[in-house]
Amino acid sequence: MTHISVQKKLLAADGEMQLNVNITLEQGKLTAIYGPSGAGKTSLLRIIAGLLKADKGSIIVNQKTWLDSSKNIFLKPQERKVGFVFQEYALFPNMTVQENLLFALDKGQNKKNVDDLIAITELENLKNRKPENLSGGQKQRVALARALVRKPDVLMLDEPLSSLDLSMRNKLQDYILKVHKEYNLTTVLISHEVGEIVKMSDTVIILEKGEVVKQGKPFDVFTNKQISGKFQFTGDIINIQKEDIIYVVTILIGISFVKVVAEENEIIDLNIGDTVMVASKAFNPIFQKIK
Amino acid sequence: MIEWQPLFLTFKLALVTTALLLIIAVPLSYWLAYSKSKVKPIIETLVSMPLVLPPTVLGFYLLIAFSPSSTVGNWLNDYLDLQLIFSFQGLVFASIIYSLPFMVQPLQSGFTNISTSIIEASYVLGKTKTETLFKVLLPNMKSSILTGLVLAFAHTIGEFGVVLMIGGNIPGETKVASIAIYDEVEALNYTMANTYSIILFAITFSILLLVYIVNGGYIKQFKK
Repeated sequence: MTHISVQKKLLAADGEMQLNVNITLEQGKLTAIYGPSGAGKTSLLRIIAGLLKADKGSIIVNQKTWLDSSKNIFLKPQERKVGFVFQEYALFPNMTVQENLLFALDKGQNKKNVDDLIAITELENLKNRKPENLSGGQKQRVALARALVRKPDVLMLDEPLSSLDLSMRNKLQDYILKVHKEYNLTTVLISHEVGEIVKMSDTVIILEKGEVVKQGKPFDVFTNKQISGKFQFTGDIINIQKEDIIYVVTILIGISFVKVVAEENEIIDLNIGDTVMVASKAFNPIFQKIK
Repeated sequence: MIEWQPLFLTFKLALVTTALLLIIAVPLSYWLAYSKSKVKPIIETLVSMPLVLPPTVLGFYLLIAFSPSSTVGNWLNDYLDLQLIFSFQGLVFASIIYSLPFMVQPLQSGFTNISTSIIEASYVLGKTKTETLFKVLLPNMKSSILTGLVLAFAHTIGEFGVVLMIGGNIPGETKVASIAIYDEVEALNYTMANTYSIILFAITFSILLLVYIVNGGYIKQFKK
């Protein structure tokens, strides 16, 4: 179990903001953090890793105190067993894939761990390459493997997949889930993708302006319970067009376009760029496997 | 017949100065790159002073400071048996100060160009600051180090004013090539001055050319 209760004054785009988070992470569970940019997600991760000092609070990981401001305890990042996957990979350019992983070994730690991780993330063919010769997805796989070399108590992923294309992202999600289960990790993932969170996480925490506004099972948190829709999706309005007496609203859901007919009074508060929920409850949708 | 001693002395001075400068400049530029201290601008200014100050000013104050009649000079003489005026050691000391910005500035920009997340990644992997410095930072700023080494070396070769003030013109001790050239010109011995000059020109040209070839990635292009 990991208890985190921290406070820190942060400088956000629109002035000062108080980060005030009180959460518990369960061993072996994947927790996602979701929220708008500038909500304090990355700062929270950096505070857990010890890269940023909280003003007040405590972090207790498996009964070990990493931070307790009342007792003046602050473990340096080096003394905390954390795995951190940065958004921009942060691989060491002077080392090959294998050397990046070997560098992470603690003194006296068995090298076999590195070989296992190379195997599990399928990096055998790339292990002698330098990071500059890898694709984004490959780099992120290396970063993931490297973060696990020391068998961290907490694995943190800061929007690890945001710069990858859709199919690469799917593969990487599977890798992350695979190592998460294999090593029984306590994992924290920052993500902007609702689909990704629903697929991967056990719990989601929604952070807004430094405060936890909602938490729970991702499906419950993200679905609006007031509508008992047979199917519902969220998407962004990319076009509103008048045709005769009705309006056609084009909505982008994932990578598919949906055109919905609307009346004038329905589109009054709608603007291009708004996020909307598309739901239907009168029909039973059919679906079939295509891939 | 050409006297090789001034040339030999010049390169000995440049080598010793550059080597010591590297040892001094790595911690100094590391501190300048990452420190948030309030005295940092003052230290930065002091380091850069030799860029704008006439070398004779620097030489003059060093001469005053280290002369046996001054407190510092006296102390150095009594306790460390060190004579910094009109001696090779004195030249090395003055050269280190004179070429300091040429080593510190490339290294400092080398440090600041390395992305913070790489440094943090190393800390999170349990590596100390020293380990990170030697295994992550320095290996990823080789071109900055090379630039610093070469600039400091070349700048020391080109020294004149400081050497003249604090070193004088003692053959085998402080008579470096630039002084020798001045000497020969004074004696209207233009052929000799030309020989020294051409040698210096050729050597510094080759050194700088080598740096541009290595740093510009021209060698890499051939390997592919």
